[in-house]
This record gives sequence, C-alpha cells and structure tokens, in this order.
Amino acid sequence: MTTTQHHHAPITTPEVGGIGHNVRRIEDDRFIQGAGNYLDDIVLPRMLHMVLVRSPLAHATINSIDTSAAEALDGVVAVVTGEMLAGYNLAWMPTLSGDTQAVLATDKVRFQGQEVAAVIATDPYVARDGAELVMVDYEPLDAIVNPMQGLEPDAPIIRDDLEDKADNVAYEWEAGDAGATAEAFATADRVVTIETHYPRSHPSPLETCGVVADVSPVTGQATIYMTSQAPHAHRTVFALVAGLPEHNIRIISPDVGGGFGNKVPVYPGYVVATAASLVLGAPVKWVETRTENLISTGFARDYYMKGELAVTAEGKILGLRVDMVSDQGAFYADAQPTKTRAGLFHIVTGSYDYPAAHVTTKGVYTNKAPGGVAYRCSFRVTEASFLIERLVQNAAYELGMDPAEFRKRNFIQPDQFPYHSPTGFVYDSGDYETALDMAMDMIGYEKLRAEQARARAEGRLMGIGIASFTEVVGAGPSGEYDILGLKMFDSAELRVHPTGKAILKLGVKTQGQGHETTFAQIVAEELGIPATDVKVVHGDTDNTPYGLGTYASRSTPTAGAATSMVSRKLRSKAREIAAHLLEASPEDLEWEVGAFHVRGSPESSVTIQEVAFAAYTNHPPGMEAGLEGVHYYDPPNMTYPFGSYIVVVDLDSGTGEWKVRRMVAVDDCGVRINPMIVDGQIHGGLAEGFAMSNMQWITFDEAGNCIGSNFMDYLVPTAWETPRFELGETVTPSPHHPIGAKGVGESATVGSPAAYVNAVIDALAHIGVRNIDMPVLPDRVWQAIRDHAE
Amino acid sequence: MYPRAFDYVAPETKQEVLDILAERGGEVKVLAGGQSLIPMMKLRFASPGTLVDINRLSGLDSIDIQNGHLRVQALARHSDVVRSDVVAAENDAMASAAPWIADPLVRNLGTLCGSVAHHDPEGDWASVMLACDAEVVAESRDGGERVIPIAGFLVDMFTTSLQPTELVTEVRVPRYRRGGGNYQKLERKIGDYATVGVATHLELDDAGSISNAGIALTSVYAHNLKVTDAEQALVGNAPSVELFAEAARIAAAACDPTSDVRGSAEYKRDVVRVFTERGLTASLAAAQG
Repeated sequence: MTTTQHHHAPITTPEVGGIGHNVRRIEDDRFIQGAGNYLDDIVLPRMLHMVLVRSPLAHATINSIDTSAAEALDGVVAVVTGEMLAGYNLAWMPTLSGDTQAVLATDKVRFQGQEVAAVIATDPYVARDGAELVMVDYEPLDAIVNPMQGLEPDAPIIRDDLEDKADNVAYEWEAGDAGATAEAFATADRVVTIETHYPRSHPSPLETCGVVADVSPVTGQATIYMTSQAPHAHRTVFALVAGLPEHNIRIISPDVGGGFGNKVPVYPGYVVATAASLVLGAPVKWVETRTENLISTGFARDYYMKGELAVTAEGKILGLRVDMVSDQGAFYADAQPTKTRAGLFHIVTGSYDYPAAHVTTKGVYTNKAPGGVAYRCSFRVTEASFLIERLVQNAAYELGMDPAEFRKRNFIQPDQFPYHSPTGFVYDSGDYETALDMAMDMIGYEKLRAEQARARAEGRLMGIGIASFTEVVGAGPSGEYDILGLKMFDSAELRVHPTGKAILKLGVKTQGQGHETTFAQIVAEELGIPATDVKVVHGDTDNTPYGLGTYASRSTPTAGAATSMVSRKLRSKAREIAAHLLEASPEDLEWEVGAFHVRGSPESSVTIQEVAFAAYTNHPPGMEAGLEGVHYYDPPNMTYPFGSYIVVVDLDSGTGEWKVRRMVAVDDCGVRINPMIVDGQIHGGLAEGFAMSNMQWITFDEAGNCIGSNFMDYLVPTAWETPRFELGETVTPSPHHPIGAKGVGESATVGSPAAYVNAVIDALAHIGVRNIDMPVLPDRVWQAIRDHAE
Repeated sequence: MYPRAFDYVAPETKQEVLDILAERGGEVKVLAGGQSLIPMMKLRFASPGTLVDINRLSGLDSIDIQNGHLRVQALARHSDVVRSDVVAAENDAMASAAPWIADPLVRNLGTLCGSVAHHDPEGDWASVMLACDAEVVAESRDGGERVIPIAGFLVDMFTTSLQPTELVTEVRVPRYRRGGGNYQKLERKIGDYATVGVATHLELDDAGSISNAGIALTSVYAHNLKVTDAEQALVGNAPSVELFAEAARIAAAACDPTSDVRGSAEYKRDVVRVFTERGLTASLAAAQG
C-alpha cells in the first residue's frame, strides 16, 4: 500500500531548515564568488604537466613509436609509452565491467583518440609541442563502426588481445521468462513492434576529467587529486591496479564541475600520471581538453533495440519481448553492477502490469571509444524507459486508442505494491494514474486533442506526447548489487561538536547535486541542529567513511538513509545524556525536534546543543564521552521514482523543425528534502532529455572518425533553445527508506526523451509515421513526411 | 587553450598595422574579434607567426552612411549591427541576418568585416553581402586604398582576393530607395553554422516591378553562392507567388549541398527552395511596408 500526498509540511522551522525547506544551497557561496576549488585550480610545487598522444586512426597496428624528437625538446622531462608501462605491469587495466582496457596502446589502437603515449614537461604548452613530435608508425586496419558490422562472420576481431577471442561479442545476457512470454504472444490479438536506435551520446560535463598525482618517493604516500564521482571505489581500484598499499593512497575529489556518469570510470590518464609521478618523484597534472573528453571518455547509450508488445483488442498488454544489441566500443567498460550485464535495462517492462516479459541482450566490440556509462541514468534505465514508452504509444495508435487511455488501462495499480515485475524487480511504491491525471490536467489534454483535430483539418502539424516512466534507482541491496565485488552500501559519519555544531562525512561525492545542503537538512530534520550549522565533508578518502560514490540516483537512497540512521543513533545517545541532565529516566523524555523534555513538564527540557555540550563536559558516568557515530546503510530494496511528462510540439512541415510549445513534468520521487534543489535537478534532466531527442549524438564516419569531437558538433542546448518547463509533484514515499525519499537526480533525463519524441511522432501519426530515431533532426522529420506522403 | 607559440603585437595606429603587414605579410593574422581565429589557433589548425591585434585602433568602429553607402567598419561588432538604428532603417537583409549570427557572446566580440574576410563558406554575412552587392574596402601601406566588389573578393572557401599586406577597413552596401530584404537560417542550435541559409534582397520601381534582386545561399555550396540566374528571373517582373516559386526552383537547382550530420543533400536542396520562397515573400512585404 502507498499513501499519496501532495505536500510534505515541514516539521522544522525555516531557521532549522529540515526536510521540506528550500534552504539556499550552502555550497553556492563559494561557487558564485569564484572560490571553488576544481581540479585544474590545484597547483603543487615542482608540478609537471602531462599531455597524451592519441591515435588518429580507429583501428591500426602499431609498428613503432619514435619518441626521440619529443624527448629532445627543451622542457620535456619524459615520454611514456605502453612498452614502458608493461615493465610495471601497467600497460592494461581492468574496467568496471571486468574487461580489460589498454592504458597506453602497445599492440594496436582500437579507437580514434586512444591513448598511445604521454609527454611530460615543465609546462603544458611544451607538453603539447612535445606530443606533436611523437612519431607513431601505424598500419591501418579495417574499422568496425557499428555492432551489426561487428557481428558479421568475417569481421576482423578487435579484441585479439583476449585469449581465444574468435568474435566481437562483449557479453550476452537475458532476463525474464522466454516460455511464458511466447505463450502470451500466442494468445495476443495484436503484436506491436518498434525498432529504434538510442544513439551514442556523451555526458559532457563542463569540467573535463583530470588528475594531479603526487607520489612521494620518500614515504610512498600517493595523494591523487582526481575528478571522481566515486573516490573510495577508485582508491581500491588504484590499489588493485597499481599494487600500491591502500593505506598509502589518498584520493581527493575536489569540487567537481559536473559528472553525469562520466567521472565514474578510471581513465588511462589517471593511471599514467600516477605512474609518472611515482617514477619522476614530482607531482604530475593531466587535464583533458574538451575534444579529448568527448572522443575518449565514457560515452552513453548506443543501444539498438527491438521491442514487441503483445496486446488484446481491448487494449490490455499481455507480454513484452525485447532484443537489444549494444555498441560497446573497443573495451567493455560499463560502470554497472556485476550480476547484470546490461545494467538495469530489464526494468523495460515499465509502469505497466502484465505477467510475461523476456529480454535478450548482446554487447558488441566496435572501433569506438569505450564506456557505456549511465549518463544521468541508473544503469541503462534511460534506454529501457524510452523503449517501453515509445512502444505503448504505438500500441495505442494500432488499437485506435488514445495513448493516455491505453496507459491507464495497463498501469500497475496502487494496491499492487510491492509489485513483482516479470523481470524480477520488486517495485516499492507508486501511484501512476494520479501523476498522469495531474499532468493531463495541468496541460489541458482534452482541449489539446480538440485543437489537434482542427489543426490537421487545416494542414497544420502539432503533436502531444506522453511518457509515464518508472525508474529503478538507489543501488543497492548488498545481496544483489556490487561493482567488482564491492557491495553497494553507503555510509555517513556524524560528529556533533561541544558547541552543538556538526560535521557530517559521506562516502558519496557531489558533482553539483547540492549534497552540502541536502544532507545537512537530513541532520537538521533528525536532530534539530540548523542545516547551516552542519558542515558536509566528502570526496577525501582519508577523511570520510567508505562508500561507492554518487551516480545512479543512489546518494539519497543510500547515503541519505545512512545520514538519517546515524543521526538517530546520536539521538538515542542524546536521550541518555538528556535524562542524566534532567534527572529523569530516558523513557520519560519526549523528543520535539531539537529538544528533549520530561513528559508532562515541558518547562523541564534541554536542547540538542545543551546535550552536545554535556557530551564533552558532563557526560553520564559509565558512558563513553562524545556525540559521534557512523552508519553503513545496506538498503533493503531499490527505490522506484516515477512520473508523467507531457510535451506539446508544433512542427514546420517545410523544414521539419519542431518547437516545444509546452512541457509539463509531474514527478514523484517520494519525500522531497529540498524542493528547490529537486526542481533544479528536474529542470536539468528535462533539458538534457530535450538535447538527446532534438540535437545530440556522437556519430562516426565509415573510417571510424568521430564526428562530434567538440561543442560545435556535439550540441549542448543553451537557454535559448531549451523549452520552458512546468512542474508538478505527487509524493508517494518509499516504504523502506528511513525518510521516504527515492532519489531524483536522473528521473527527468530518463523520462523526458520519450515524451519529446512521442510528441513529434504524434504530430505525424495520422499520416502513418510510427518511428523516427533520435535525435529527431529536422531532416529526419522531413524525410518521414516525404516517405508517408500520399 | 594551448596554441603553438606566436608573436603578439597590439599597435595604437592604423599606420603601424599597415607597416607590420607590409613587413611580415603572409605570416601575420589580424585579430579583430577573434571568434573564428582563436578557436582555430587553440586546435592548432592555424598557427600564425604573428598576431596583430587591431582592437586598440580608434575611429574604426562606426556603422554609418557615407557616400551613398551603409558602411560597417572593421571594429564594429555583430552586436553593434544588431543594435544599430542605421542598419534597421537602411538594410532589411542585414537587420534580419544580424540576430542569427552565432550567439550573443560571439556577437559581442566578433566583427562583420572579420567574418567576411575569413570567408568560412558557412558564414552568414558573406551571403547577405552577395545579395546586397556589397564592396570591401582594403588598405595597404604601399597600395593605399582599394575597393573590391564582394563577388570578386570572395574567391573560394577560406580564400579571398585580399593581399597579405592589406587590412580590411570596411564593408559597405549601396543604399536603396524602395526595397526590402531578409535572411532565413536553419540551425541546430544557437551559435551553430547554418544547415541552410538564404539571403534575399529586392528593390522595386515606381510601378511596383522588381528593379533589382539579390539571392545568395549559405552552407549549400563550396562557398557562399550568389544565384545570378534566379536574380535575373526576378528583375523586370511584377512580384508574384509564381515568380517567387520559379526563383526558388532555380536557387534549389543551383546549389550543390553535401550530405552530412546536418541533413541529406536532397533535404538541404529542398530547404533552399522553401527558404527562398519565404525570404522573397518577406523581402517584398518589407519593400511594400
């Protein structure tokens, strides 16, 4: 069962700023005054600068590398090659999916932009001059630029470094029940099919990736400043890759200028800079250029999907069958849980109730950059949500039903939660129809449908698109979720100082999400200490408890829960101290946020600040002094945020351009800790969803040259083209999370692309258009209109 | 940014600039707004030996009427053109195109003269200048002032008839009595190059017939393309829907776009047709307005 409410009335005062208050972002003071400290701001004495030499070719054998001219250049300190790294067993490294990846290429290059050598010099200009002087003799090989090519029987084998590798298949994986699904399809009145490519995109954080590696030749201490979304996990990976003792590795992730999944993997540049610092005995800085970030670091999506929906004539879904082929690039480097090979793509059954589904997936190596990171997405939920939401709209068309009505006939109902999905998920809570009704109400759905009928009669094109998505986020329960064996719990350590101010240390790491405010508000809610009196520390592995990091909308579900739980631990101890101070028994005390009082005599009370002071000055005999604790939170289940988005577009039939007239987004992420920050997260995700649907993709020519290697070609929308957003909310708390929150960082990126695309398709549905692949570029719309002209 | 090493000079007078150009010639690039040059240097696609920054020169940033022409001087920024009352009153095609140039940040620094002299085949201004029969004024120490018709100035992509010793000091367009113009641009996002751009310019005689016409295309040929056949089809005729459709067909036939991530050749050719019709219709409305 779930309860639905539309407002969470704060229980704290605005001064305390607990859950439900729009506390101004505490971190913004330093950002808006230019006092942030990003990776490239870090300057150490005697620091050297590194530039990577990258392959201009997508696939080629390396005959030789001549570093002599570069080494002769004044100011160049060293030139590193893969052959040299091999001497330290560092030429290859593991990926987060258990594959291997070349650090610096030794045998051949497998994508354009692959790291081949590194030039280290006394300043970054000289390092670049030196990189131009490294002469690499390549023998070009045929490039594989899409997975279908890679699966052809005579395709060249990209990963000939892997023992006995005779094909280009990176993984095969399935979920669901093939037999039950076949039965469902056998009894269906109609089968609706869609084939679509979710194109390769890139998280493109405004700050590119970089590192300053500082390894002391004397103590062996390695201090590694690094653009990292997961500093603790990276420390362990460094220990395993480089063989450094883990206690001598300190990863510091300073202010991070956006991550979106791009800063989850370990990149070759980090490893080379660290090895170089170790050998040279000086700090080494490496910061990517924009082009380097776009062509070589973790891309996203690139799923070729075929979906089939079995339906009855009355509009009930009976089953879903999905076959997906992913383009993995040269190394299988998805950041994802170990037990699943295509992330959480099997959430593809969506918000709908039906008994059977079967999902088959296959990953293929190609001559493209490695990755498959979840760009603002919980492990491939974005692709899944897009497919099912496109498919249900087409099913509605085929049955002659309104797409909203079709959804409502198939939604999982509120009394069905916890809901066991046919691919094995247990949805925690939801109320899908209420969210869709709110969105339809806000946008005036019936009126728009009437307008559309008139517009079509006048030859004008407008469309209305819906997406009613469900996500699975907050990885995750330790029994099911680990990365390279590391269980996906997270942690919080809270210390309340004698004067009642507090410091909260987290295993997760913000990249702009506002953790320094949101997590302080959780402490405020639980202990009554004002949020502005709580300092949040994160990103420094020597000074924070272990955690798996920030991605997959997991920080609030895991570390947020840990913060709540550690606060409650301290509250229990505070009760004991308060009882001592009030000369009452702990059971006779009542807690009102921020103070204990003796039941029946409210004048006999102590504040949390007074208790904190006593914890260090007058603690009860026999009790440990201090007011601090740590909590490692192992979530009992994932959380399942959801929402309904509706987009209205107007379409220019002369040019194929489409403009968003309105975009309504109703989100339900459970309890909202800071509603303003949640709105900001949703705005950002809606803008990124618009980008992917409208303009954004990384494509390649036949030789494997990357088209989209800078912001002239890889398009990021500005305020000018980004639509205006209208937000609504329902609140269906997570029943298993201590404060009922679900995670929201990615909802809008996951849910919105289908809404935009559905709107464009809806404008053309009456002439028979059923699919245009993303990005829905004007020429594709123009072509679709021509293809369906009478 | 990490360009190759270069010399940087920022003279106070035009004479010093012309001296440097005369002495160092081909290894020099002039820096006005830098919105094309600097990114190319950053990517090391361009590596001039010397950068001559002309931004300290005074008296070179006017947009005004001189000798029957609307004149835009070398240091007038795109944003000055957007805001100019003189442009708004004098030339519809320029006024229509100016807000389409790049994005607000680029417009605040980039210059019209620099854009024309750079002659990126995907630049918008060159098409407007071709449609309006502009002239480029250049100066050199030893050759003095030279007035070059725009069609003779734009040689090929990234190539003009400007001599290495010459500095572009202004671009100017003839004034007209009764006319109108327009610029249509399809771009993927603000700041993008045109997928297709079409500049149109019409002048009408007292009887309302077309006395002068200009049509030029962006991003659909190896360089900005003036469609003389389409212009000639218009001149001497009374404007009509059919006439504009015919000119649009000629323009679409004259272009030679390439298929790329912005769209297929077939698509771009059709957008040329659609934009030429829309542009001529808007130009006529402006002329009659």
